[in-house]
Amino acid sequence: MYWNQKYECMPRDNLKELQYERLKQTLERAFYNVPHYRRIMQEVGFEPGDLKSLDDLKHLPFTYKKDLRENYPYGMFAVPLSEVVRIHSSSGTTGKPTVVGYTRNDINVWSELMARALTTAGVHKNDVIQNAYGYGLFTGGLGFHYGAEKIGATIIPISGGNTKRQVMIMKDYGTTVLTCTPSYALHIAEVIREMGLSHKDLNLRVGVFGAEPWSENMRKEIEERLGIVAMDIYGLSEIIGPGVAIECPHKNGLHVQEDHFIVEVIDPKTGEVLPPGEKGELVFTSLTKEALPIIRYRTGDISRLIVEPCACGRTSIKIGRIEGRTDDMLIIRGVNVFPSQIEHVLLEIGETEPHYQLIVDRVDHLDVLEIQVEVSEKMFFDDVRSLEILSKKIQNEIENTLGISVKVKLVEPKTIERSEGKAKRIIDKRKI
Amino acid sequence: MVVKQLSVFLENTPGRLFAVTSALAEKGIEIKALMLADTADFGVLRLIVNDPEKTLKILQEKGFTVKITDVIAVEIHETFKEMQRVLELLSKKDINIEYMYAFMGGTPGKALIIFRVDNLKAASEYLKEEGIIV
Repeated sequence: MYWNQKYECMPRDNLKELQYERLKQTLERAFYNVPHYRRIMQEVGFEPGDLKSLDDLKHLPFTYKKDLRENYPYGMFAVPLSEVVRIHSSSGTTGKPTVVGYTRNDINVWSELMARALTTAGVHKNDVIQNAYGYGLFTGGLGFHYGAEKIGATIIPISGGNTKRQVMIMKDYGTTVLTCTPSYALHIAEVIREMGLSHKDLNLRVGVFGAEPWSENMRKEIEERLGIVAMDIYGLSEIIGPGVAIECPHKNGLHVQEDHFIVEVIDPKTGEVLPPGEKGELVFTSLTKEALPIIRYRTGDISRLIVEPCACGRTSIKIGRIEGRTDDMLIIRGVNVFPSQIEHVLLEIGETEPHYQLIVDRVDHLDVLEIQVEVSEKMFFDDVRSLEILSKKIQNEIENTLGISVKVKLVEPKTIERSEGKAKRIIDKRKI
Repeated sequence: MVVKQLSVFLENTPGRLFAVTSALAEKGIEIKALMLADTADFGVLRLIVNDPEKTLKILQEKGFTVKITDVIAVEIHETFKEMQRVLELLSKKDINIEYMYAFMGGTPGKALIIFRVDNLKAASEYLKEEGIIV
């Protein structure tokens, strides 16, 4: 089943021609409307007219998350704010979030991409979709919502959390499709069991899961416990949101929506473009985005390209499962977390360089983040109450910054393991 | 009298208190009184010792987070009545007790009560006026 066969199955030569035309337009839009792009392109002596073929893309500089931060909030927008109809944002690497904007046409394109993605995953207009991705600044909720409405399915915008209610609604409303993070799907499965139900009491048939890395083992477990087909979806707000790439029923990689994005895999150390099949960092360039054109964005996600034709008939390049990160970013309950964000909060509270450690674990299939903070003399008070207030304050500030709940534990000095003078910041106990 | 109390941050795990007392015993520090306040994750150990400055140094060298605070030490007869009188006096003067703990006194039949109050100066002067041995 295709949503838009013309583009999804376009012969590769035609697709490349389309990409070239759209890339030219994107470079022009970026060069003439975004000072940052003009500057970095001029630095390497590249003008939009210098693009003679798609191959020339590799001469362009990369865009990093820090570029979005340095141009906070709207500096990377290529259109005036009056043309922007929606803002989303994700966590930045320190205090400020990363802001992304959409014109009306961007929203239409994104809805189209999500309509294709849902159709590719086997969802159709007769389905009842329970969308348990978070609604709000996070792109997951509204991204799926618009795609689901576009294909004419019935969407339940339940957002995340309150799992018992999720199960009740799933049962009573006859939900056929579940969309959420894969770990939350397993948590739902656990709650279904605790409530004395089984997937046989439900109508579920498909799940579309993303926003965090998962494995084939997790897929098997989700499929068995919920009695569904579980599909992988990829996307990130800086590029557009969910729907950048989607798995087809052949479950051998995720099709990149190449008429809207160019994907490259590079060596994260040298920046050199790697041949298909080799593992490296995913880099995306948008081809149609108006509000926030993005050129060679370093995602930090590690994967590889699969160029062999797919039996599903789609002609696009596929990416393999996300196998890791090039940086220390953690994904906790689908939310991106950088240790630097936590350090930033601790610095503001404690005034001195904090010694801390992040311990991530999965309890009942839900991610739990514990922040252990060494108590320095500056932070130490004689009475327990003040210490509890301090601990609560750290917790509140971090929760405000990250948007997820965390646990804070005050520990004695020198108890956090240091290797070569540098503290080991992250202990990730999750098995995925 | 106003005495210097050491507070030590401890994790709520077995052996941490013993680590402190061992470090002090090794260096010949005498512990006059001690009290441990606890929460789920951590505790605060309060100590009255014969040499607070030296104790501070020893514990800091061992990597503990330590703070010195002034508290009031009162020696009374080991009777409830006498303690009641001290509490009554503090209450009359509207002095708030943050916490307190009692220990066997140096002299037989006597007890040592340690108070942490919100107004240390007023409390110690008033208790002195009222003839409480402080």
